[in-house]
Amino acid sequence: MKVGIQGIGLLAAGLEGWRAGRAVLASTEPFAPIAVPDPEAALLPPNERRRSSDCVRWAVHVAQEAIAQSGLDPREVPTVFASSGGEMGVLDTLCRTLAEPERMISPTLFHQSVHNTAAGYWGIATTCQQSSTALSCFDDSFAAGLLEAITFVSVEQRPVLLVAYDLAVPAPLSEARPIATGFAVALVLAPPSDCSLAGMHLRLDEAHQDEPTGLVDSALEQVRQDNPAARSLPLLRAIATGGSQRVRLSLLESQQLVLDLDPCRN
Amino acid sequence: MVAVAEAKQRYGAHRVAVVMGTSTSGILETEHAYQARDLAGSLPAWYTSRYRYTHNMFSLSHFVRACLGLRGPATVISTACSSSAKVFATADRMLRAGLCDAAIVGGVDSLCLTTLYGFSALQLLSTSPCRPCDEDRDGLSLGEAAGFALLESSPCVSRRGAVALLGYGESSDGYHMSHPHPEGSGAVRAIRDALGRAGLQPRDIDYVNLHGTATRVNDAVEDKAVSSIFGRTTPCSSTKGWTGHTLGAAGITEALISVLCLKHGFLPGTLNCKRIDPTLHSRILRDNDVRPVRRILSNIFGFGGNNCSLILGTLR
Repeated sequence: MKVGIQGIGLLAAGLEGWRAGRAVLASTEPFAPIAVPDPEAALLPPNERRRSSDCVRWAVHVAQEAIAQSGLDPREVPTVFASSGGEMGVLDTLCRTLAEPERMISPTLFHQSVHNTAAGYWGIATTCQQSSTALSCFDDSFAAGLLEAITFVSVEQRPVLLVAYDLAVPAPLSEARPIATGFAVALVLAPPSDCSLAGMHLRLDEAHQDEPTGLVDSALEQVRQDNPAARSLPLLRAIATGGSQRVRLSLLESQQLVLDLDPCRN
Repeated sequence: MVAVAEAKQRYGAHRVAVVMGTSTSGILETEHAYQARDLAGSLPAWYTSRYRYTHNMFSLSHFVRACLGLRGPATVISTACSSSAKVFATADRMLRAGLCDAAIVGGVDSLCLTTLYGFSALQLLSTSPCRPCDEDRDGLSLGEAAGFALLESSPCVSRRGAVALLGYGESSDGYHMSHPHPEGSGAVRAIRDALGRAGLQPRDIDYVNLHGTATRVNDAVEDKAVSSIFGRTTPCSSTKGWTGHTLGAAGITEALISVLCLKHGFLPGTLNCKRIDPTLHSRILRDNDVRPVRRILSNIFGFGGNNCSLILGTLR
């Protein structure tokens, strides 16, 4: 299966936006992680933004960056949202409240707890009525989301917006699922004729002795290992560096996505 | 289990995908763990070491895959109540793209405090067993379910009498997190997409299994969408009077009910519906009916305005 990459959105400490992130990943700028300010997520109406979770703002923010780069109308683009744990901050608040005798949870908090909250808010903010999928594959959620998105593009022959995100998990939930820093990435993928950033060929391979691609920079490698959405970093680095490159992403212990990147020919 | 073992032998363990749907996964374990926090606020060790296999959204596919010894691609779709309808669409795409030769699809949702108190906070729970399409309906009843199906490419199973996934449609409302679009435009889009993909006209559908949760708003809006496409002739009913609303498992539950209807030539009535709401325009079946059925459309809608329609039919 082959797709073209038309837009990228990125948000993490030291990787604020694709333009800045690309320079860091191509090693032309140093990686200097400082805390990310609350993302603008300008597309959200002010009242929705005020009530929204961190996950929603991070996901919408990178989705908006990627869509703007692609020049596509977001109402025409189906979406795939991938996250290992989804709304972990909301779930922490919910479970705290449910552990109290009164169990008075707010209706808003409840409907914000679903795994497709960010997908739903994106749809509401853009009035997009296209297909929208939200999925999880534990540590390999980015790879599973990428597989779903590329398969969709390939079968339906139309662009898809992929958004992958996991935020820092609050205590005490972090004792069960330690994720120290937030990471969100969005890719607009399209049939291969629409290629503006890079072309990408995907093959699903049984896992063998070739290790999944890592990162040489130890600080970036630490981010990759900390956050499931940051498992996208080797792919982003390959796009940032340019040229023909191969990236291997682990999909469960038994399979790998083998991604061959090429510069756009058109 | 036998069918899965046969598929595994036929295609190889790495060629069988696992695509599951759930809305809350094992959140009940986290609820229990929060009640068992120690004085320092820490969670008990029995929970923290097991999170990956209990609450994490992927734990369901992890379990199914491990239990059946499968090594193909796997994922968990979690789009609230539409989760285990959408698994059919994702699995179909995987089959078409040649990523696998067969796929186990399914869904599981079990009761937890989150959904019980959450739907209560939204004032959507019925005071009695739910009464879909009834003029006095006052909300949904929560149910629990687990269901699974084995999908294979049709050339491999073109035997007479087998049930086929003829089409599916996926859409969003793009309107509100927990209220359906007032005109049902997202639902219409999902139904039309399913018909288009199946190459069918509305008159080709013999029965519509409604989402029919029995909340005031859901049944009214779904009726608007369904009657705008099927008019007043196609028989429709909700089976949630029997099952309750099984949330993330509703898609697979109602797909399997549809399979039984196709196999046995049976149209289920709408249990607990005493007097059909006179403001509804679709042809609602109150009582069971026995007659041949060839093609069924099943609607499932979820929070976030996430919609999915499936069309199932018998191969002739």
